[in-house]
Amino acid sequence: MPISHDAHTVKQFDAQLANLRNLVLEMGGLVEDQIKNAVKSLDDEDLTLAREVIARDQIINGLQVKIDEDTITLIATRQPVGSDLRLIMSLSKAVTDLERIGDEAEKIARMTIKTYDVVSSPPSAKLLRDVTPMAKLATDMLHGCLDALARVDVEMAVNVARGDDNLDQEFQSALRRLITYMMEDPRTIGHAINVLFIIKALERIGDHAKNIAEYIIYLVKGKDVRHVSMDTLEKDALAE
Amino acid sequence: MSTTMIETKTALDGAVNPDVREAPLSSAQITDYDHRQTVGRITADNPKMACREVNVYYSEKHALRQVSLDIGANEVIAFIGPSGCGKSTFLRCLNRMNDTIVSCRITGHIQLDQDNIYDKSIDVVQLRARVGMVFQKPNPFPKSIYENVAYGPRIHGMINGKAELDELVYASLERAGLTKEVEKRMDEPGTSLSGGQQQRLCIARAIAVNPEVILMDEPCSALDPIATAKIEELIDELRENYTIVIVTHSMQQAARVSQRTAYFHLGDLIEVGETDQIFTNPRHKLTEDYITGRFG
Repeated sequence: MPISHDAHTVKQFDAQLANLRNLVLEMGGLVEDQIKNAVKSLDDEDLTLAREVIARDQIINGLQVKIDEDTITLIATRQPVGSDLRLIMSLSKAVTDLERIGDEAEKIARMTIKTYDVVSSPPSAKLLRDVTPMAKLATDMLHGCLDALARVDVEMAVNVARGDDNLDQEFQSALRRLITYMMEDPRTIGHAINVLFIIKALERIGDHAKNIAEYIIYLVKGKDVRHVSMDTLEKDALAE
Repeated sequence: MSTTMIETKTALDGAVNPDVREAPLSSAQITDYDHRQTVGRITADNPKMACREVNVYYSEKHALRQVSLDIGANEVIAFIGPSGCGKSTFLRCLNRMNDTIVSCRITGHIQLDQDNIYDKSIDVVQLRARVGMVFQKPNPFPKSIYENVAYGPRIHGMINGKAELDELVYASLERAGLTKEVEKRMDEPGTSLSGGQQQRLCIARAIAVNPEVILMDEPCSALDPIATAKIEELIDELRENYTIVIVTHSMQQAARVSQRTAYFHLGDLIEVGETDQIFTNPRHKLTEDYITGRFG
């Protein structure tokens, strides 16, 4: 393994690092639930669940603050270097992306309320038909990057990064379809715009998951693979 | 008369072989603890000193093995590693301080500019004027502050007359950032200063003889954080005019003051590289374990 798993001479440092990592993974689990519930609330037209998702975003925000505090304490007291520094920086950056994914879940929940909490008729099924497959792609990416983070697995991280192109393409075709519906029947515009916000949120979740995958590659390989082509990313990540 | 034996078998009179073991900087970390060949670039673009295949023995003990490393001009290079790793031993080879140790034997080749410093024609006193040294504990001479700095230039016959000496003493104290603190007490003994001031006095004394390289052996380990910060600031300023080699037990200090870092372990030079690379992404697991505090 390229990352040292041997214990530090100062055991408390190990405990602090493990604690930080567990908090981030716990936050990741919560965020995953939020996305699933937000999408479920839309599928099931369940406004109670949507409101729950909105309320629970506070828990995620609280975790972000707690993890940031712990990170600052670790840096101040331990002056981490090498793989410890890369781990702490990667976790700290992943937390920012996780918090934003939480915000996207909240957005989807708000759109659910907007879509079904109106006097007018609900949207037709064809307007919503891209949401389910895109939600599947986005949650798979999120799940994959959290798994890769838990296992410190570069190959899994590369797979997540690869998935983002797929999601982007889905978003583009979904967008084209929405535009077509809106041109065909301007009465759909209100609902179509809500759906547009939802699929945009799902597309953003993919971007954040890809970011987290890139931090994992940095953590393991020490190579910064942000803003590079997929080919370069794969080459740097999988080089022996 | 010292009984130190100095053998410079390799390249005794010839030029330093430039292509000694340039280990590739591969992406994957070397996890094999038995990989003892130096990882990273041992050469410097503009070498001030060039060391090749240096070995040091204390009687039967092989204290330093096959170390090849360039010290670049006007760079600060830090030597780090656990106690007994050979970093101080190697530092002391650079101005032949090991000559004074009776059981010590050195092989290999060390060059200062174009001069083989272990050549028979080299005057060791002159060499140590070119390659000065600052020690762990401040060791001012039991003389006045002024005399501490004036002593070196005087015995080396570097100056003509009192005015020139005054100028040199003040310039050296100024460079060491000490003028303001001592200008009114130049006749007081050097030992009356605080620890940090004494250390800067020793640095002033070292630079008074206009050295090219300054070796520092844990120069801050006996100082408080403020005095340490002043020395570190000074090191950064001195880099303009001198080449500095610093041995330190404080990894944070190595990270702060140096441009390159060399990591030693049990007599081997394990890894050398740009300091930011060593402290963010070391290529050898031994380096990683040491800098992250995992050393058992």
